Amino acid sequence: MGKTLYDKIWDAHVVSDGGDGSALIYIDRHLVHEVTSPQAFEGLRLNGRKPWRVSANLAVPDHNVPTLNRVQGIADPISRAQVEALDANCKEFGITKFDLMDRRQGIVHVIGPEQGATLPGMTVVCGDSHTSTHGAFGALAFGIGTSEVEHALATQTLVLKKSKSMLIRVNGHVGPGVTAKDITLAIIGRIGTAGGTGHVIEYAGEAIRDLSMEGRMTLCNMAIEAGARAGLVAVDDKTIDYVKGRPFAPRPEQWDAAVSNWKTLHSDADAEFDRVVELDAADIAPQVSWGTSPEMVVPVSAQVPDPARESDPVRRGAIEKALAYMGLQANMPIETIGIDKVFIGSCTNSRIEDLRAAAAVVKGRRKADSVKLAMVVPGSGLVKAQAEAEGLDRVFLDAGFEWREPGCSMCLAMNADRLEPGERCASTSNRNFEGRQGQGGRTHLVSPAMAAAAGIAGHFVDVRSF
Amino acid sequence: MRAFNVVASKVMPLDRSNVDTDAIIPKQYLKSIRRTGFGPFLFDDWRYLDPGTLDIDPATRRPNPEFVLNAPAHAGSQILVARDNFGCGSSREHAVWALDDYGFRAVIAPSFADIFFSNCFKNGVLPVVLKADEVQAIFDLVAADAQAQVTVDLPAQQVQLPDGRSFGFEINPHHKHNLVNGLDEIGLTLQQADKIKAYESRRQQEAPWLFAN
Ligand code: SF4
Repeated sequence: MGKTLYDKIWDAHVVSDGGDGSALIYIDRHLVHEVTSPQAFEGLRLNGRKPWRVSANLAVPDHNVPTLNRVQGIADPISRAQVEALDANCKEFGITKFDLMDRRQGIVHVIGPEQGATLPGMTVVCGDSHTSTHGAFGALAFGIGTSEVEHALATQTLVLKKSKSMLIRVNGHVGPGVTAKDITLAIIGRIGTAGGTGHVIEYAGEAIRDLSMEGRMTLCNMAIEAGARAGLVAVDDKTIDYVKGRPFAPRPEQWDAAVSNWKTLHSDADAEFDRVVELDAADIAPQVSWGTSPEMVVPVSAQVPDPARESDPVRRGAIEKALAYMGLQANMPIETIGIDKVFIGSCTNSRIEDLRAAAAVVKGRRKADSVKLAMVVPGSGLVKAQAEAEGLDRVFLDAGFEWREPGCSMCLAMNADRLEPGERCASTSNRNFEGRQGQGGRTHLVSPAMAAAAGIAGHFVDVRSF
Repeated sequence: MRAFNVVASKVMPLDRSNVDTDAIIPKQYLKSIRRTGFGPFLFDDWRYLDPGTLDIDPATRRPNPEFVLNAPAHAGSQILVARDNFGCGSSREHAVWALDDYGFRAVIAPSFADIFFSNCFKNGVLPVVLKADEVQAIFDLVAADAQAQVTVDLPAQQVQLPDGRSFGFEINPHHKHNLVNGLDEIGLTLQQADKIKAYESRRQQEAPWLFAN
């Protein structure tokens, strides 16, 4: 029987077999940010240990960083202390770090690929659940807890149990105005937030091959929202072209060997998966989440669900609770939901392609007066510079949108950017949990183009007819 | 990691079930950058009458005299006994760090939440599962004599009471080995350092670009 892509990467990283279904797995790349690393570094110090292979680590502050007036530093003392701790720890242990004022700074899951620090076939870990993003490169990438961050630092390995494998095939081609975000939301709507539990998902099919690397990152980013340990997309020419020439990419003399290795990074034709799910790309419309879990999502043309039509009492209760929190009525058309804020950013949708898509919608138009704030937060300083070189910042500013400094920002509201209680946001981020973007805040997950259109119209609209 | 062999100590009786990790260490303390120093905030909401944050000195706060942790008779206990489903709720490792920092070496309960249970072993704290009537016997013992010494003997897998009763408990042999020898997962993995090095040198031949930066 053939091997899956997951099997191939796993097998290439087994240091030793635990004999009980677990194995010691070698970690090629460890990405570090300020929130989940301080206790791991302290653990190293308490035990007199050092990082096993310093060069495998790359660090950046992102969760706590301000997106305005950055030169003035971080106002909140506790946020500042976390960022300063990262500075001190990286200095003490010799780990490469992009500072707050470095133009390469950005969201950890944006800068890894951007720097070529994420490469096909690697194992990539980070103390952050959205590490699944890096699976877009045919890398096995997943989030870990603080003890595991310390373990990865100290040993360059993790003790892991192999997950089951799941293939999600999206057949055919999506229509215009339908993006990777819509595909990933439609998948979660279909299989549920526990649908991928215990599995590593490989995404395949024409619609996935059609996606750019940016789109594949958006797709894999939300594998964790489907409950999966990781998401994967097989390597193809797009992957290789994206990596070429990036700072951490293989040097010219190693390039050909690397490429011939990467070309083997796909599931064999006769590989078997524990579970297979198929979707038809043509059926996927732009999606809008209406509830407090990413699986609570519908096409923009649909209506908010009616709990009275749900026969399962547990599900009915969940719908009622979500509608109450979200301040929505059953059966109201999605397009009649007015919004207060727009957030375009996060590790899901803050790359150049996302900003281009949003700018294309905004160009020559004005933000609705009823929208209090529409903010665009690029994923990294380099994305920001690229967007500015293309004049996208002017497009946003002319439309009344704000153009900010890179970071996680209102994705989780650990910095100053947040929703006030009751405020409703069209957001390109990945989680619509209660309070995620600020206590009492109401999040609707959408694509960048859909968020931009909502900002112009003041309510959700189908970007295909906008 | 500190080894765990035999711990003999007074017992802190926390007569509650479903003690969740937010009760063990409330969320405002998760902004800390340390893994030590959580002891003063252990059971914060129950232990103090006024609210706390990381930047309020716990010494200036008003302890709740009704809460068992503040009872002088129980001060210095290294064993905590509680009811069912101890450690439920969020996966925060801070809950174990707080118990450890306060000075608890072992927690005895009829059942534990999964993630909390496995986090204990990563941090040298022993979770002991006893039957409900055995847990009750320990509560009764402490109620009668707060100074009673209970012994948790990990090698023998027994909890011994001063009146000679002893209760056996189960533990995964792998966990037991690590605790008795003071091996944290990292220490254990480092015993395979040669294998990691061998892997690296083989891999460096196969895929040198992975080691370039
Ligand atoms: S952008 Fe949001 S989801 Fe992504 S790493 Fe930052 S906080 Fe996490």
